[in-house]
Amino acid sequence: MQVADTQALKTKLSVKDLNFYYGKFHALKGINLEIPEKKVTAFIGPSGCGKSTLLRIFNRMFELYPEQRAVGQVLLDGEDLLSSKEDVALLRAKVGMVFQKPTPFPMSIFDNIAFGVKLFENLNATDMEERVEWALRKSALWTEVKDKLHQSGSGLSGGQQQRLCIARGIAIKPEVLLLDEPCSALDPISTAKVEELIVELKDDYTVVIVTHNMQQAARCSDFTAYMYLGDLVEFGPTEQMFFKPSRKETEDYITGRFG
Amino acid sequence: MMSPEVRAARSAKFARRNAVNQLATGLALSAMAFGLIWLFWILWETIHLGVGGLTLSTLTEMTPGPNEDGGLLNAIYGSLMMVGLATFVGTPVGVMAGIYLAEYDRKSWFANVTRFVNDILLSAPSIVIGLFVYSIAVHPFHTFSAVAGVLALSLIVIPVVIRTTENMLQLVPEGLREAAYALGTPKWKVILSITLKAARTGVITGILLAVARISGETAPLLFTALSNQFWTSSLTQPMASLPVTIFKFAMSPYENWQKLAWAGVFLITLAVLGLNIMARVLTRAK
Repeated sequence: MQVADTQALKTKLSVKDLNFYYGKFHALKGINLEIPEKKVTAFIGPSGCGKSTLLRIFNRMFELYPEQRAVGQVLLDGEDLLSSKEDVALLRAKVGMVFQKPTPFPMSIFDNIAFGVKLFENLNATDMEERVEWALRKSALWTEVKDKLHQSGSGLSGGQQQRLCIARGIAIKPEVLLLDEPCSALDPISTAKVEELIVELKDDYTVVIVTHNMQQAARCSDFTAYMYLGDLVEFGPTEQMFFKPSRKETEDYITGRFG
Repeated sequence: MMSPEVRAARSAKFARRNAVNQLATGLALSAMAFGLIWLFWILWETIHLGVGGLTLSTLTEMTPGPNEDGGLLNAIYGSLMMVGLATFVGTPVGVMAGIYLAEYDRKSWFANVTRFVNDILLSAPSIVIGLFVYSIAVHPFHTFSAVAGVLALSLIVIPVVIRTTENMLQLVPEGLREAAYALGTPKWKVILSITLKAARTGVITGILLAVARISGETAPLLFTALSNQFWTSSLTQPMASLPVTIFKFAMSPYENWQKLAWAGVFLITLAVLGLNIMARVLTRAK
């Protein structure tokens, strides 16, 4: 694997000799990776290569399923989050996640966002309103929903729902935002809005995005990791990955000769 | 271009398919008509004879002796009391057991055994439950009582509520749970605020259907609460209920009793119909 030129940047997440198992299936094989702070890092690769699996380790989501197991280290600001004794809820407050399908909670738009905030902070009514507005503005949804904050979140369009989920994620002020194919269920216009949003979010957050869409990775990421069958094939600045990848496999995938 | 032979073969096949289609539709329609005729006949008889027996005194007076004037007040009160208490006891047990099976323990042998036993209980004839409660709550105390009736009815409510709660919670998409966990939500809160909330109409519908089911149950009450010709609000005494009173009155040779029995049937039908409509409205108003 080629070592990326990330020296000048501060590392937010550092993956060390990480292996992952679904029962007996060895899904990730000795992954080493440094994800820089306040940049967008994209994971690309064909289906089943382990990119979503890797993402779901960063907030210990896989622990919901007893047959799944991670061996190795993932350092968040230098501390191993896998062996940490800290409550997983506090980790997830720092490392937010948005999923492939929009998942509005069965409550109003306002409550969808306030729900997560209430778990960690006791805000009074005015502060809560400010926080909800801030999160909705940040996720470019405010103008569309400001007059119907107390209507159900499931009444929004798919793209709006996904931005609501992003708003919900950033409302608790995480440091890292994990996006698992956030646009795959969206139409092109909604996709464009979410992509714009992703680029803006990196001013404040470390963003990691899994995508099937090569153009999306090229458009909105600073660094790209290409994975294949549980291996990290190549990792580097997105421009370099797309214009002169150092590995033949990466080039084949990116140019569409494979995958 | 399609050759004439191919076209002819296709239209012959289509004509055959059309005929089969019409035959099947006709059979399905007559099957539906057969089912509905009985249903409407029952409803018609119930309304026709029930409304005839229904007067204001039906709702305000006690059950009478043979050939005396009276109403069904004590039976109505007894039914409301016992059905209400049984729902009150059975619902939390059923909902919590359903939550356990759907959220905490989906695959262990313990959950599977519980599910299996619950299914048996769900399909157990209610007379079996009546006899069982008789042997544990009536026989040892040498008296029929409303408490025993409530116990028998709750034992019918619980398996229904467990089943519907579990099924409804399992219908909640896994993605919604994951999204809640991803915010750092503790498990109890995910269940209370997200999954149970997403499934609430289904769970409430299950409870309403269980209430509808027990409001017409006769066999379990016959062995437990029995009946009472007089007013009682004591739970340790035998208590009248609509189904048992109907059973007693309808089989009697006295005309006034028979009329009251029909009035009771009408009241129960009305209540069950109301509960079903409520369940319908709830599931539709998402």
